[in-house]
Amino acid sequence: MSDTHAESVAYVRDTMLKPQPAPAGESGAIRWLRENLFSGWLNTLLTVLGVLTIYFFVSHFASWFLHGVWKADSLAECRKIITAEYGQGATGACWAVIRDRWHQFIFGFYQRELYWRPVLTFLLLFVAVGPVLFQWVPKKLIWFTPIYPFLAVWLLWGGSVWGPILVAVGFVLAWIVFSLVGRYGSIAGFSAGAIVAILFWMFGVSPLAGILHAAIPLGIEPVESAKFGGFLLAITLGAGGIVMSLPLGVVLALGRQSDMFLIKTFSVVFIEFIRGVPLITLLFVASLLLNYFLPPGTNFDIILRVMILVTMFSAAYIAEVVRGGLAALPRGQYEAADALGLDYWKAQRLIILPQALKISIPGIVSTFIGMFKDTTLVAFVGLFDPLKGIPDFIRADFAWKGIYWEPFVFVGAIFFILNFAMSRYSMHLENRLQRDHR
Amino acid sequence: MTTAHDAPEHSGFRLSQLIYDTRYRSLTIQVVVFFLVMAFVGWLVDNTIQNLNALGKDFNFGFLWQRAGYDIGNALIPYNNDMTHGRAMLVGLVNTLWISFLGCVAATILGVVVGVLRLSKNWLVARMMTIYVEVFRNIPLLLWILVAIALLTEVAPSPNAYKINPETGEAKLSMVFESIAFTNRYTAIPSIHFDRSLGVIDTAFMPISLNVLAIAVVLGLCFWINKRLLAHAGRVQEATGKRPTTWWKSALILVVPTLALLIALGFNPDEPVLKGFNFTGGTNVSNSFVALWAGLSLYTAAFIAEIVRAGILAISKGQTEAAYALGLRPNRTMNLVILPQALRVIIPPLISQYLNLTKNSSLAIAVGYLELRGTLGGITLNQTGRELEAITLMMLLYLAISLTISGVMNVYNNRVKLKER
Repeated sequence: MSDTHAESVAYVRDTMLKPQPAPAGESGAIRWLRENLFSGWLNTLLTVLGVLTIYFFVSHFASWFLHGVWKADSLAECRKIITAEYGQGATGACWAVIRDRWHQFIFGFYQRELYWRPVLTFLLLFVAVGPVLFQWVPKKLIWFTPIYPFLAVWLLWGGSVWGPILVAVGFVLAWIVFSLVGRYGSIAGFSAGAIVAILFWMFGVSPLAGILHAAIPLGIEPVESAKFGGFLLAITLGAGGIVMSLPLGVVLALGRQSDMFLIKTFSVVFIEFIRGVPLITLLFVASLLLNYFLPPGTNFDIILRVMILVTMFSAAYIAEVVRGGLAALPRGQYEAADALGLDYWKAQRLIILPQALKISIPGIVSTFIGMFKDTTLVAFVGLFDPLKGIPDFIRADFAWKGIYWEPFVFVGAIFFILNFAMSRYSMHLENRLQRDHR
Repeated sequence: MTTAHDAPEHSGFRLSQLIYDTRYRSLTIQVVVFFLVMAFVGWLVDNTIQNLNALGKDFNFGFLWQRAGYDIGNALIPYNNDMTHGRAMLVGLVNTLWISFLGCVAATILGVVVGVLRLSKNWLVARMMTIYVEVFRNIPLLLWILVAIALLTEVAPSPNAYKINPETGEAKLSMVFESIAFTNRYTAIPSIHFDRSLGVIDTAFMPISLNVLAIAVVLGLCFWINKRLLAHAGRVQEATGKRPTTWWKSALILVVPTLALLIALGFNPDEPVLKGFNFTGGTNVSNSFVALWAGLSLYTAAFIAEIVRAGILAISKGQTEAAYALGLRPNRTMNLVILPQALRVIIPPLISQYLNLTKNSSLAIAVGYLELRGTLGGITLNQTGRELEAITLMMLLYLAISLTISGVMNVYNNRVKLKER
């Protein structure tokens, strides 16, 4: 084409143009800013508002954080140091209170020389839950999981080693009886096992523990419940509550799904009653009413009383979570179990519950997060929780009178770290468990 | 199996059938469980009776008719300390409902805004909302309430700070929007004032202002007429294919009668004014109420934001694209296609958040706001020493509130949920 009309064309390009870099507005940081922050008048307005908000927070709180004082003996001394260093009217955080009282925030009034016990208990908690929660933990470690609760109780409260061991023996006895009688039907086995265990706990444990302790006095220094406080109390209540409420919650969920009218009614009434009242009223039941309901003269530990009610509380919520898991299982799984000729309990144990519980783990984790946050309410029945009980106690000391923000920041940060880690774990689990049941 | 066989030797009922025959087994189990539960309840009741006897107490609610003798600062219905404990309980109940209602409203508004903003394309705002949600969700509610009350009592100035200096003509602090003042004792807000009153109906429960009643009736009528108008427009559209313009008629119907009534009644806000050492004119809301309300709303809003976000994300992109393909504009797509479907996902968890907020309002104990737990489960309980009755009654009332809320919201949920044929 070109050679026939060569003279009629003024200029013909014979080389390719070099690629040009994109215009400044369409590349790099400017493009990113334009697309993500200033893409329209509404977005620009939002960005400006956002920047203003951040500026407000930074301008108000940055200096408070930066002027923090770590070494002082009282709030007054903190203020003196801040005034001396940054001039009259300067504000600053008095982190010295954390430095001075961190052990009360974490351990309450637990003896200082015994701190290794709660720490060890806490570390062992990960060994115990590891095989259940993480895939990379060797599965053989699972034998430690059932031992852990008894070990934890013994380590935390101390005393003779025989009490927890004998309580554990009760479970072993129940299991033996169950496997012996179970061949005549799982209900018979289960009832026999439960009866034997309850009888053993009621009449066997305390005399046997006395005899064994007299013969072989194995024990560590006992610590009474009144010394528990801070995060030790919150984690003990939270973890204890969730461990005890899991089996109860599963039973309630099964009861609610049951065909038997009375069982279903009892389960629904229990679950809806507990879910319908605030936890605080249940804590009042623990502290004021439980003594009315038990035989005259019974008077036991407030932590145990609170834990019973907390267990009932979270059991109702876990029952709903597990019910969701049960409902999410496709009908075919139930039918397949029936087709195999499994009876109700075998079907539940071998087919339904393993799958339903797996689906419910994220929900159970969020129930646990909620419960862990709710343990702070025990401050209102006179226990020393890390959020109100302990700071109030510290403020009662003249040196730290009127210190508010530093304890809030410290305790809030710990709660945030623990709960955020748990919620991230739960999200990770949700992704991992996404195997389709079509 | 098809071969004929002899009739079984024992055609009658055998006892072992109770366990081994599936026809009777469930009955056996239920009877056994029933007796076990009844025995357990009986045991508890028996223990309680014995314990009460030992303490020389009885179980009766007579204390509800005795003089209460304590004051309640935030009573919404008429109350003074000469009235009965029962009346104090009612005051507490109304306070619980009031704080829960205001908390639900604020948490819903804030939660929807945060949830939508978290999905916004604006990088900065989306990140900030994520931080808000994560921070508030992972830290106990009690901390937020304590922070709010500490902010109000420790940081907020005394009312004096709002005093106008006669020399400079300026105050140390100016009021928010010229009408709200945060002080370390209360928060002063404007109150509603009518120049002309239609009168008051005095019921035993609370006096009802006829002005408010009239406004409510007129508003209800306006909405009803507007609904009829829209229905008519819909019918015209069905018949002729053209929708008559309704927006200005709607606006007229909704605004004019109410506005006219308000003007006729002489409606005007009563602004708080600093007189001496205190604000007068408006309403002084106690700090405990403001702190509780702020804590509850901010905390629950974080959860609602997540619910809203999940609800919007649950609607597949195809729905939006299909609506655009039909030629719907973005806002009509949102109203007609996305929201009705998202609501269906949002409402059930939203109900449970409202329930949580209502139950969490019992944390008023941390700030000393006297609601149901503070009156019946607090001062009344301590004064009369009737733990059993007071706590039982309190739990039943909370249960009734919870069941009512979930019942009402379930009715609503049934109306919006997918009607499958």
